Amino acid sequence: MPTTVPAYGKEAAERLASMADVTASDGALRRFLHGLPGVDAVGLQARAATLGTRSIKTTAKAYAIDLAISMIDLTTLEGADTPGKVRALCAKGIHPDPTDRTTPKVAAICVYGDMVATAKEALTGSGIHVAAVATAFPSGRASLPVKLADTRDAVAAGADEIDMVIDRGAFLSGRYLEVFEEIRQVKEACVREDGSGTAAHLKVIFETGELQTYDNVRRASWLAMLAGADFIKTSTGKVAVNATPPVTLVLLEAVRDFRATTGVQVGVKPAGGIRTSKDAIKYLVMVNETLGDEWLSPEWFRFGASSLLNDLLMQRQKLSTGRYSGPDYVTVD
Amino acid sequence: MPVFEYAPAPESRAVVDIAPSYGMFIDGEFAEAGDGKVFKTLSPSSEEVLSEVAQAGVEDVDRAVKAARKAFETWSALPGSERAKYLFRIARIIQERSRELAVLESLDNGKPIRESRDADLPLVAAHFFYYAGWADKLAYAGYGPDPKPLGVAGQIIPWNFPLLMLAWKIAPALACGNTVVLKPAETTPLSALFFADICRQAGLPKGVVNIVTGDGSTGAELVAHPGIDKVAFTGSTEVGKAIARTVAGTKKKVTLELGGKAANIVFDDAPIDQAVEGIVGGIFFNQGHVCCAGSRLLVQESVQDELLDALKRRMSTLRVGDPLDKNTGIGAINSAEQLARIRALADAGEAEGAERWAPQCELPSSGYWFAPTLFTGVTQAHRIAREEIFGPVLSVLTFRTPEEAVAKANNTPYGLSAGIWTEKGSRILWMANKLRAGVVWSNTFNKFDPASPFGGYKESGYGREGGRHGLEAYLDV
Repeated sequence: MPTTVPAYGKEAAERLASMADVTASDGALRRFLHGLPGVDAVGLQARAATLGTRSIKTTAKAYAIDLAISMIDLTTLEGADTPGKVRALCAKGIHPDPTDRTTPKVAAICVYGDMVATAKEALTGSGIHVAAVATAFPSGRASLPVKLADTRDAVAAGADEIDMVIDRGAFLSGRYLEVFEEIRQVKEACVREDGSGTAAHLKVIFETGELQTYDNVRRASWLAMLAGADFIKTSTGKVAVNATPPVTLVLLEAVRDFRATTGVQVGVKPAGGIRTSKDAIKYLVMVNETLGDEWLSPEWFRFGASSLLNDLLMQRQKLSTGRYSGPDYVTVD
Repeated sequence: MPVFEYAPAPESRAVVDIAPSYGMFIDGEFAEAGDGKVFKTLSPSSEEVLSEVAQAGVEDVDRAVKAARKAFETWSALPGSERAKYLFRIARIIQERSRELAVLESLDNGKPIRESRDADLPLVAAHFFYYAGWADKLAYAGYGPDPKPLGVAGQIIPWNFPLLMLAWKIAPALACGNTVVLKPAETTPLSALFFADICRQAGLPKGVVNIVTGDGSTGAELVAHPGIDKVAFTGSTEVGKAIARTVAGTKKKVTLELGGKAANIVFDDAPIDQAVEGIVGGIFFNQGHVCCAGSRLLVQESVQDELLDALKRRMSTLRVGDPLDKNTGIGAINSAEQLARIRALADAGEAEGAERWAPQCELPSSGYWFAPTLFTGVTQAHRIAREEIFGPVLSVLTFRTPEEAVAKANNTPYGLSAGIWTEKGSRILWMANKLRAGVVWSNTFNKFDPASPFGGYKESGYGREGGRHGLEAYLDV
């Protein structure tokens, strides 16, 4: 097995290594995760709601809209996906608004593993990343060798980022070390086998709608970060409850605390159900007031979304022209 | 890398029409003071003069009390369901005019529009709705089958929540069949006068609600007036004691809601992020102008560093400035006098050896401002741990065991409120029983609901407002 090259500094790597004892056994890991401060649901929801009432106008709004566009993982995860559909999405990612070339490009195009090569080719030279969902997405119900093969396949096809799902069944039945091991091995499978010594970025999806409690979400966040996640992500977008502001706030607080403890900075990606500019801006306010400038870039914060982009574009057109246009003034793909 | 700066988002002042001068409200009419005296009311965020208001003298108070006495005959004789109709009507008008009233309150008081809009006004309406519901059910409140009103209530309210304190006083009084003469605070009289207009809009019979404006001398006249049957006061302990002395030996009933120095107790197993929010909300809500503010943070030594780091980080994101900006979290100090008092006590904290910390924040050049401030290394012997500051100043003390936390929390002349932060339910119940405080919040702070009684122990006063218990203060029981 090739070992991963840490993307962070030597000191951070040492601090992270010094935490190795918490993952030494299932019992140690459980004690650590359950020893994290609890989350008071009422207080958390109240805080998220308060942040949602910030009034973002004029220049701040224009800034937020452009920032949000640049943070989008433009996604198509349908059984009916075709190369044509993926190429159209890639074209849109490069020039989201054909009428206004000052519009920023999106951060990544997110597809199933078999579409990676198509997307990679369509995005050549654009600087936009290709993200692939792997590890038996969205259910995560496959054996570990299959999940690893799924990952290696996507990496070999050129994926820059891997979005993996955790085994929620193992997590909910308290087999934390098993989940930890799985993430660690997928992380190793993200290393490119072309001898470049580089690796795809690993985003770990919790499917928070299935984890149910905020305490679970917080524990899953720490578990994934200890195992080497580069990003932590709320959901697949394939279940009834996906990203919510309170759940995302728990993730934001977790990455903040994790960096304070280990020096390692991890990104956050809410996904599923974020459809309007208003919602996206609320998330940016949360990032701004919980983590600050350091996380306000596509490198550290992403939106997993497919329909959000068009609303952002319409709002952007409204700001530049003073008039509302309509759905026919933005592209359908 | 650019930062995400929020552009100003000011609420429009155009929704409120402030007249250049106001009379007081007696027997359903606005009237000037008998001797024509007036005083000015300022906007504390800009020192701009908002309006002139009548300074009520002895005869004015007397006229108001007589009007209330006359109205009491018919008002108390109405069936409860009839009185309820008026109260429901008032509640609905308050909801309809809530934006106007919120802007007015922020202008006159200096509190952020976020709070006047999202906390004050909804609670004001909720109190009228709640007590409207009691008006025809007094027989079931637990005070006998046919409880009687007391008569004329003389009510004096403070400047921190002008309209909310008015609601806490007037709603239960009217529901029980009393009539009232209310004196709003000298620095924040406007919303009470707007409320007078709402009473007229609701068709409330003349004389049931009377508003006399003025300073402490007007309040003293009202308390001493032989024509009132009940005194209800919210304000400083010092004035509360003077009122208690004045009414001693008379038949007047009294309820007092006075100062506080609440302990907000954080255990090492607390939900840290939410506790930090609770601490911030506990002391910086309404610029700390809250009698039940959590002004003493008692933190378990084992999490002191972690908690203080988180608290300072959070305090650095507080936005101080224009109260009418919808993104402002901390507004202006209500008056120059109050600002001087906060400064004096904060200086005393430093002089006595506590360590002072405040986030970098630019304060506006005009108006009365004080940055949110934290003192560490505070002991029970410090003045800032004992005296009510009534401003955005938090004193941090530590403890090691639950017993020590209880002992320190109770070691104060006050006893209005307390907060407990722990994930352990049994400890919450154990502590709540031991704390000598009228309200004990667990894993939250500064939550108000009309159905929940509020009031203090020791120098925090006596009597309860709110809930079924709040009816007792206005019934002959």
